[in-house]
Parts: sequence; C-alpha cells; structure tokens
Amino acid sequence: MKLPDIPQRLGEITLGVLRALGHNGAFFTELVKNVPAAVRRFFLVTAQIHAIGNYSLVIIVASGMAVGFVLGLQGYYTLSRYGAAESLGLLVALSLVRELGPVVTALLYAGRAGTSLTAEIGLMKAGEQLAAMEMMAIDPKQRVLAPRFVGGIIAMPLLAAMFSAVGIFGGYIVGVLLIGIDAGQFWSQMQNGVDVFDDVGNGIVKSFVFGVACTFVALYQGYEAQATPEGVAQATTRTVVISSLAVLMLDFVLTALMFSSL
Amino acid sequence: MGKKGIETLVGTFVLLGALAVVFLALKAANLASFTTSSTYSVQARFDNIGGLKVRAPVKSAGVTVGRVASISLDTKTYQGLVTLELQQRFVFPKDTSAKILTAGLLGDQYIGLEPGGDDKNLAAGDTIKMTQSAVVLENLIGQFLYNKAAESGDGKK
Repeated sequence: MKLPDIPQRLGEITLGVLRALGHNGAFFTELVKNVPAAVRRFFLVTAQIHAIGNYSLVIIVASGMAVGFVLGLQGYYTLSRYGAAESLGLLVALSLVRELGPVVTALLYAGRAGTSLTAEIGLMKAGEQLAAMEMMAIDPKQRVLAPRFVGGIIAMPLLAAMFSAVGIFGGYIVGVLLIGIDAGQFWSQMQNGVDVFDDVGNGIVKSFVFGVACTFVALYQGYEAQATPEGVAQATTRTVVISSLAVLMLDFVLTALMFSSL
Repeated sequence: MGKKGIETLVGTFVLLGALAVVFLALKAANLASFTTSSTYSVQARFDNIGGLKVRAPVKSAGVTVGRVASISLDTKTYQGLVTLELQQRFVFPKDTSAKILTAGLLGDQYIGLEPGGDDKNLAAGDTIKMTQSAVVLENLIGQFLYNKAAESGDGKK
C-alpha cells in the first residue's frame, strides 16, 4: 500500500465500522418493534422455544454436571491448602451463579442454537423463501425473525438457571459423596453466602443480556448472509465468533457494574 | 409432531427452568430466611460504625435475631444512625446495649446485642441508649504508639 493511500484506507475502515454499527442498530430496532406482533401469535414463539431450548437441554445439563464436578474437585484441592475445605459449597455456588452459569451457557447456546438459527435463516434466504414471503405481503421480520428472537430471550435465562442448578448438584456429588465433606457445612455455607438478589438475580440479568446479544447476532448474520452455501457457512462461523466475543466482553462490563460496589 | 406435542414439551422445559430458579433461590441462597416473621424497627447511634453494611446480621448470644435495615448520619449529633429490624418473636429490655463486633478476625462486621435487666421491653421506634462503636484499626495503632511514646518519655525522666 502506498503511503498516500493510508489515510484513505483508514477513512474507509472507519466509515465501514460506523455503517455496520448503524445497520446492526437498525436491524435490532426492527426486531424489537416486531416483538409485540410475535407475542400475539404465541404459537410461533412456542415452536421456537422448542427448537432453541428443548434441543439445547441435553448439552446444557451435561455440561453443567461436568463443570460442577470439576469445580468441586479443583475447589477442594485449592481450599484444603488453607484449611477452608468446608467452604466448597459456597465456592461452587458463587462461581456458577455469578459467572460460569450465564457465560458458559451463553457460549454453548451460541454454538448450538445460534448456529442453527443462522443456518436456518441463511438457507431460507438462499432458497428465496424470505423474498417469496415479501411478495405475499408477509413481513419476514415479523413472521420468521421476531418469534426466534423472543424464543431465544425466553430460553436463555432458563437454560442458565438449569446449568447453575445442575452444576451445584454436580459439586455436591463430588464434594460430599465422593470426597466426604460434611453435607451440612456444604449447604449452610452456601445458603449464608449466596444472596438471592445480588448473586442469583444478577446472574439472571446477565443471562438475559447474553440471550439478547447471542440471538440478535445469530439472526443478523443469518439475515445478511450471502445467499450461497459458502455465504451461509461464513455467516455461521461469524455468528459463533462474534457471539462469543460479545458475551465475554459484556460479561466484563456487567461484572464491573454489578459486583464492584459490593 | 403436532401442536399439542410441541406445547407440552415447551411447557415442560419452562417448568424445569422455573424449578431451577426456585432451587437456586431457596436452596442455594438466603431467600428462605427473608420472609419468616414480621419485624419491628429500633434505632441506635454509634460514634463510628466501622465497616458495618446494610443487611448485616444483628445477633444476640451468637443467634441472628434481625438485620441492619439502613445506615445514615445523624446531622444533629454527627453520629452514625443505624436502624435495626428485629424479628417480632425476640423482645429485648429497654436497657439493652449494642456493640459492633467482627465475625472472626477479619470478617464482616455485625451488631451484637447484650440484654440488660429492665422490666419494660424495646418497642418499635425506640432507640438503644448504650452503644459501643467499632474498633478502628488506625485509632488502635495510634493509641499503641502514643502509649509507647509516653512509656519511653517516663523512662527518660
């Protein structure tokens, strides 16, 4: 690149980023505007919760159990160095409810439900189904996109809560049943240390925000995909990458807002 | 799968999710101890509340009998004004004293109540007269150094 081209390239990139932000924002506004219409035809939303939530149950529950096992083991090794092994329940519960539940669920959700949403809508676009709908004066955003959006934001917090609950149970299995920590201490330390509004409540708010972000990214990438097989594949990859980055960065922002003043 | 089948499955999913949230709230967190009994408010003034936080426990003989509802500054006497919410089933005499204690060596601070011997009990809105402030580390160190200095000063005489 020749030296005089650099400012031009820089300008191009900046304008490109701003344009993309604007396009994203416009799409998001359209989605939100169509939410009441989607809620009115609630069976569409129900069918989407089935496709997004029910089919994610297996991976979420299995991962939750596994993460709970690992937290129990690793937590025990570290805590027993300081003679604090009885606080294992508190450690497992706080880690899951505050951070791992919402974040890991969101990453798994982006991988499983996000890619399926993107692929489905990208293929609808490639097969000209969306164009056909517009020909029939049916707004595809109302009929296809908004129900998926509402379904996603309902399913995510529920999945995250299930992940945390199963994880705590997994930690119980490893800590109490396998290692032999006192069950009473496990639960009482947890109940004394975990606050409903500050910990569980904030975790639910986080998972809701992540649900909005992941579902929005999946729908946008699907809707804007190039109407070819390669285009759909690229869009699917972009969904996972952008959702994951967005979740991790939003997690930092939300954690700083929610937990720093405690 | 027909419409009914899908709706049943989704209903089951939402039910499981709601159960998970309820489990987290009751078994993992402290919701169960929130709404047990009704409470009455009592006030206490401290010279220094130290690290006392809202919702810190109020204990008597080590048993939690209530929570700290609010902390503010009394602008007339420039003392910390703490409002305690005590459970209705625990009544304390009017000359109960309140101290700010620390759980363990460096743990969170809580209020300890020591009952007096008065016949009449504290009613809602009363003020606890006898209070002892929190131990502030800087004052303690300052006191120690001052004593040391005074000692060595006496020695030199």
